[in-house]
Amino acid sequence: MEPLVIDAKGMHYTPLNKKIRSAVALGVKEIVINNVRGQRFIANGLRGHDVKITINGVPGGDLCMFMSGPECVVYGNTDHASGNTMDSGTLVIHGSGGDAVAHSMRGGKVFVRDNIGYRGGIHMKQYGLKRPILAVGGTSHSFLGEYMAGGIVLVLGIGREVSVQDRGIGSGIHGGEIVIRGDVDEKLLGVGAKKVDFTEEDLERLSPVIKEFCEKFDIDPTPFLDTNYSRIVPASSRPFAGKYTWE
Amino acid sequence: MSLGSVPLKYKISIDRDQCMKCMRCVDNCSYGVYRIEDDKIIIDSRKCTACHRCISMCPRDAITLQERPVDYRSHPLWTVEAREDVINQARTGKIILAGMGNAVDYPIIFDRLVLDACQVTNPSIDPLREPMELRTYLGKKPSKIEFTRDDKGDIDLKTELTPNLKLDTPLMIGHMSYGAISLNAQLSIAKAAKKSGTFMGTGEGGMHEAIYPYQDHSIVQIASGRFGVNIDYLERGAAIEIKVGQGAKPGIGGHLPGEKVCTDVSCTRMIPLGSDAISPAPHHDIYSIEDLAQLVRSLKEATEWKKPVFVKIAAVHNVAAIAAGIARSDADAVVIDGFKGGTGAAPKVFRDSVGMPIEAAVAAVDQKLNDQGIRNEVSVIASGGIRNSGDLAKSIALGADAVYIGTASLIALGCRVCGNCYRGLCPWGIATQREDLVDRIDPEVGSEHVANLIQGWTLELSELMGAAGLNSIESLRGNRSRLRSYMLDEGLMDVLQVDSVGA
Repeated sequence: MEPLVIDAKGMHYTPLNKKIRSAVALGVKEIVINNVRGQRFIANGLRGHDVKITINGVPGGDLCMFMSGPECVVYGNTDHASGNTMDSGTLVIHGSGGDAVAHSMRGGKVFVRDNIGYRGGIHMKQYGLKRPILAVGGTSHSFLGEYMAGGIVLVLGIGREVSVQDRGIGSGIHGGEIVIRGDVDEKLLGVGAKKVDFTEEDLERLSPVIKEFCEKFDIDPTPFLDTNYSRIVPASSRPFAGKYTWE
Repeated sequence: MSLGSVPLKYKISIDRDQCMKCMRCVDNCSYGVYRIEDDKIIIDSRKCTACHRCISMCPRDAITLQERPVDYRSHPLWTVEAREDVINQARTGKIILAGMGNAVDYPIIFDRLVLDACQVTNPSIDPLREPMELRTYLGKKPSKIEFTRDDKGDIDLKTELTPNLKLDTPLMIGHMSYGAISLNAQLSIAKAAKKSGTFMGTGEGGMHEAIYPYQDHSIVQIASGRFGVNIDYLERGAAIEIKVGQGAKPGIGGHLPGEKVCTDVSCTRMIPLGSDAISPAPHHDIYSIEDLAQLVRSLKEATEWKKPVFVKIAAVHNVAAIAAGIARSDADAVVIDGFKGGTGAAPKVFRDSVGMPIEAAVAAVDQKLNDQGIRNEVSVIASGGIRNSGDLAKSIALGADAVYIGTASLIALGCRVCGNCYRGLCPWGIATQREDLVDRIDPEVGSEHVANLIQGWTLELSELMGAAGLNSIESLRGNRSRLRSYMLDEGLMDVLQVDSVGA
């Protein structure tokens, strides 16, 4: 089937999403949306495990929120909370993401070629086989992986001496792991987060993620498969257990 | 240095002449008050929570309970509770958590408001004879409607209406999550909602598949933890509610302790077994009223604009202005939760000291929305400490479209408001996940009790309306002239927009 090409110039997000939905319902497997200029909620709640959406332009907030299955590739930057509460599927951003990328993500993968804003991967969670992944090529601002309850956040810091320099990493983390290339200054860790050794087994486990990331953006993975990482995990799975007494 | 023990909260005694040693008390008490030694029932009163399970199951009425059997020196400022809290914190240095709603003896505004009835002029209506219109639609109402007339003279509605929830009675059951309460408790409530033509809230905990048959009568909740939320969940609910705050603990998040996260709860919430389920204080994608509007639209967009979206906030000082902001988003209803609302666990200082009563909040919100000409943009749902049909009628007269009840529905399932919900040992099978305790609720019977309660209040509401000469709920809504204040101060009367008795 021919890919469906949509010109989103001047189009409101509701008719745009309607077009996407009805095309997917009719069995269209590939959709290309051109001239995206800030339309929010693209592919919101969209189902479809073999659907690919290409977005040319700059989509607005909550891109792929609640999305379940499709692959969405953006050639441009994205706004607030892309991949918000995403259930499964893949979001690939050829550019930078805004704040709260992958907020409360439950499954699937988000790959960001460049940087992300504040609170990336906040409250990501995992259950059973569902283990969400947020992989970032550049760097992140503060509160990366805050309240994280599961999944993997990976920051490669490509082209940087220090991958992450902002504070509050993993504050309130009680599940999952944050993996950052190179060393991370202890003073940047949030309350409830601790740094542990990154082992050979960890590298082996994360190699497929690193390779997939590099493949998406046509980057040579070799230097990232033979380097040091910092692994940040919860100090406890029950960070607030010691704070309370009963009446 | 030892601070010693504090006196017993409750003392249990058994009238040994009456007792026939059937051992029901021993079997029923999940707190371990009773044990058998040498064929004698031994009592450990210190473990008692006054849940009344043993008393209600004793066939001989042989058990008595006395509250505070040991006197402190009485003091108006240094109450027993004040002293014991200091002792507790001197020992632990921690935040005190407590169960159930606000336990401070604040004046109850509902009890200082009286309803009107007809005498002589404008005769009252007998609901037995005349139809009483209690049907309530929750959601946006158009500010005007347009029609078209075709050649044959048939009239069609031209205005596109926003989806509304249709209630047979202006009474719904509020959000209590599976996890906070047991599946049998939630199932009883869901069945009752369906039977009564109303709706129940799922709380923030996903929806267990046992609830699916009742999903058309459910309102699914999305809170800051986003537990159990996916597109299927959103599509299951008849409406979606964004929980911003809760009356019992405004401004703080929720926290389901790992002990309560059993296999089934973990599967419904979609989190690992035994891990804490932490809902942060704010939604981290809502830092402003614009962000809230974005989440409302995002939920609507995801569900193709087919579901009403509610926003629940705790009643706090600026509740009216906040509600006006919400009304300007695409939200269909604003839920105001007053500070007497229940909870499984909340920091005591929040439960008892933060927020405001629902009576003042709902009146202030209704007034503000009317003043701004946007009252039709949202429905107003009141909750937090509604105990009977009188409170229900007064809430509507103060401006609510409908109310949520929580604690009252649990009392219908056996709860005696002992306030130990957080311990996970509820002997009534409500606030627990222990299988043998959960089995104490038969959802068939439980749903009948909850449906009975709704029916009783609905009948009483019809009677109250009939007595006031009103035959439709719309005529009561926001009708402050049918309320009078009995010994409220002038400031509060001004907020409520009610006159004094006799005026």
